[in-house]
Amino acid sequence: MSTDTTPTSGLAGSDFASDAHSAAGLREAGRDYLIRLRGGDMGALPATLGLLTLVIGFSLASDTFLTELNIANLITQAGAICVLAMGLVFVLLLGDIDLSAGFTGATGAAVMALMIRDQGLGWPVAVLAGVATGAVIGLVIGLLVAKLGIPSFVVSLAFFLGLQGALLRMIGEGGSVRVDDDFIRGISIDNMSVVAGWSLAGGVVALFALASLLKHRRQVRQNLQHLPLSVVLVKIAGLAVVVLGMTAVLNANRSKNPNFPIEGIPWVLPLVGFLLVFWTYVLTRTTFGRHLYAVGGNKEAARRAGINVDRIRVQAFMIGSSMAAISGIIAASNAGKVSASSGGSNTLLYAVGAAVIGGTSLFGGRGKARDAVIGGLVIATIANGLGLLDQPSYINFVVTGSVLLLAAAVDAVSRRRRSAAGVG
Amino acid sequence: MTGTPLLELRNVNKIFGAVHVLHDVNFAVHAGQVTALVGDNGAGKSTLVKTVAGIYAADSGEQYFEGQPVHITSPKAASALGIEVVYQDLALCDNLDIVENMFLGRELKKGIALDESTMEQRARETLASLSVRTVKSVRQGVASLSGGQRQTVAIAKAVLWNSKVVLLDEPTAALGVAQTRQVLDLVRRLADQGLGVVLISHNMNDVFEVADRITALYLGRVAADVATKDVTHGQIVELITAGRSGSLGLAPSAAPA
Ligand SMILES: Nc1ncnc2c1ncn2[C@@H]1O[C@H](COP(=O)(O)OP(=O)(O)O)[C@@H](O)[C@H]1O
Ligand SMILES: [Mg+2]
Repeated sequence: MSTDTTPTSGLAGSDFASDAHSAAGLREAGRDYLIRLRGGDMGALPATLGLLTLVIGFSLASDTFLTELNIANLITQAGAICVLAMGLVFVLLLGDIDLSAGFTGATGAAVMALMIRDQGLGWPVAVLAGVATGAVIGLVIGLLVAKLGIPSFVVSLAFFLGLQGALLRMIGEGGSVRVDDDFIRGISIDNMSVVAGWSLAGGVVALFALASLLKHRRQVRQNLQHLPLSVVLVKIAGLAVVVLGMTAVLNANRSKNPNFPIEGIPWVLPLVGFLLVFWTYVLTRTTFGRHLYAVGGNKEAARRAGINVDRIRVQAFMIGSSMAAISGIIAASNAGKVSASSGGSNTLLYAVGAAVIGGTSLFGGRGKARDAVIGGLVIATIANGLGLLDQPSYINFVVTGSVLLLAAAVDAVSRRRRSAAGVG
Repeated sequence: MTGTPLLELRNVNKIFGAVHVLHDVNFAVHAGQVTALVGDNGAGKSTLVKTVAGIYAADSGEQYFEGQPVHITSPKAASALGIEVVYQDLALCDNLDIVENMFLGRELKKGIALDESTMEQRARETLASLSVRTVKSVRQGVASLSGGQRQTVAIAKAVLWNSKVVLLDEPTAALGVAQTRQVLDLVRRLADQGLGVVLISHNMNDVFEVADRITALYLGRVAADVATKDVTHGQIVELITAGRSGSLGLAPSAAPA
């Protein structure tokens, strides 16, 4: 399986030698990976290592950290952060920032909650209205940034303040709106049945394996650049271990009360998983995704290639704000309410931190939807672990701030390395 | 000159506010030939290229493509005719790979998804047809390429679309000796394949090496349009700096310097 080479054929006069055979096996692929790392193309490695370190550290320091109950908690806590961060990736890809995303989320959630409570509307309409609110906010921010040329930092800072006002106006000083719709609450507090969980996990692994293998076969047949089969298999195995392992943990009974078993995957997990797959597809397989990276990498080149740069920028802000609204709804589902201070405090910094820790560059042009999930898990693990250790909350702020700074430093340093090594 | 030019400009004027940048410019590009466009800084070379590319609209004058009168009003209209420009500051995205850059803005699709296979194959075929030997993989990020390789990708991008006229604005300005060599070879090959190539360059050695004809601009006017074999380095340098050289060039009244 490690001699996965393809002969060069039908390409007289060219020597794409390394193109035709790619990395021949695991060892060579590993070497290529090391070269990429040294060149500053770190990808998800720092975040994954960081996450492992945190998990090991906290499980040594606290007996409860690695319990099934706490892991399920951690995942529910991470949901809203991951979704907010995933939306921010689109804005960060352009080299822009949306400081108002936290309050956009709370505003969307408030619209949803009020429509259910005051208008008596069903959750589908209410959720749609909440997300549409986010999209409209993103549209306005995007137009101000792209058409008027106001820096996104300033526009979104203005919205950061303005939306807090809107939230106070809707909810009232110090007040809150309860969210008790069964479906909305269920996103965070209900679990999939054990059977459904296993079927979903098995299906995800099978689909991923099938898609990877088919893609590999097509690439080999058509003489395209491809990974060695061994690397493809390792990736499939890696995904299977994580997905099935997680499912096993979450499908175990985690209740402290023997009379009321709690088991199954919290619904928020497949929701985040679906958003991850969907946005990954959009970013990597569609023209819109390609153009988004192009605009983030070199606006002028994108413009000369005939790409409507302004439209891409507006769309990125709209996606960011719509995802913020979804994130706000998840947070409301978790808290059971939307209050005038929802979306404030460290909400936004957690999400920006998650994206950057995951490997999305603050300089634009680099980032993946998956960064938000890995980074979101890191942030949620820090918050969760420090909470278990009964640390005063100032410690949490200081540690999270430091981690954000560290991630930004890694981003800046790898950018310098990339330009030194000439790897974009 | 033999035959109808592929691209011809007649009496083209371009005025920016108070600055008359192009003065009754006549300019022709022939298939299978490299036409060098030379002139001092500010002579109007880039403006001429951008007018042909549809980025600027000429204020007066006519344009003909394959003998037919045309109005090139946008970059899209220019590429629809088969006119492509390789800009002075390369229009490549560092965070994308070679294939992605070559198809940028004109991606091939299968349904809603990008057709990566076809794009990769066509990119490779195009590079192969240009006998590009220095690029290891078409899935390499362009940031990892040398200046000459980047220039090569920019040129390959321009010829990917069955273009007929390729205009290169100072493609060797930032390159070392070996890389200049690569690019000049490529420029020559494009012409040998039947394209009309316009090369803007300040380097007389480059010009004399690959160009079949030389058009010299002086303060926005065409000082001379000559076959390379009929002139010397010295004459071209004089045309560039003074607008005239012996019997060649602008009448003294039109050449104030
Ligand atoms: N967009 C513009 N607006 C006003 N003046 C311009 C513009 N573009 C070029 N010019 C002027 O036109 C002249 C020719 O410029 P250019 O075509 O760039 O020269 P070259 O490429 O030969 O060095 C210069 O004097 C320049 O200042
Ligand atoms: Mg110029």
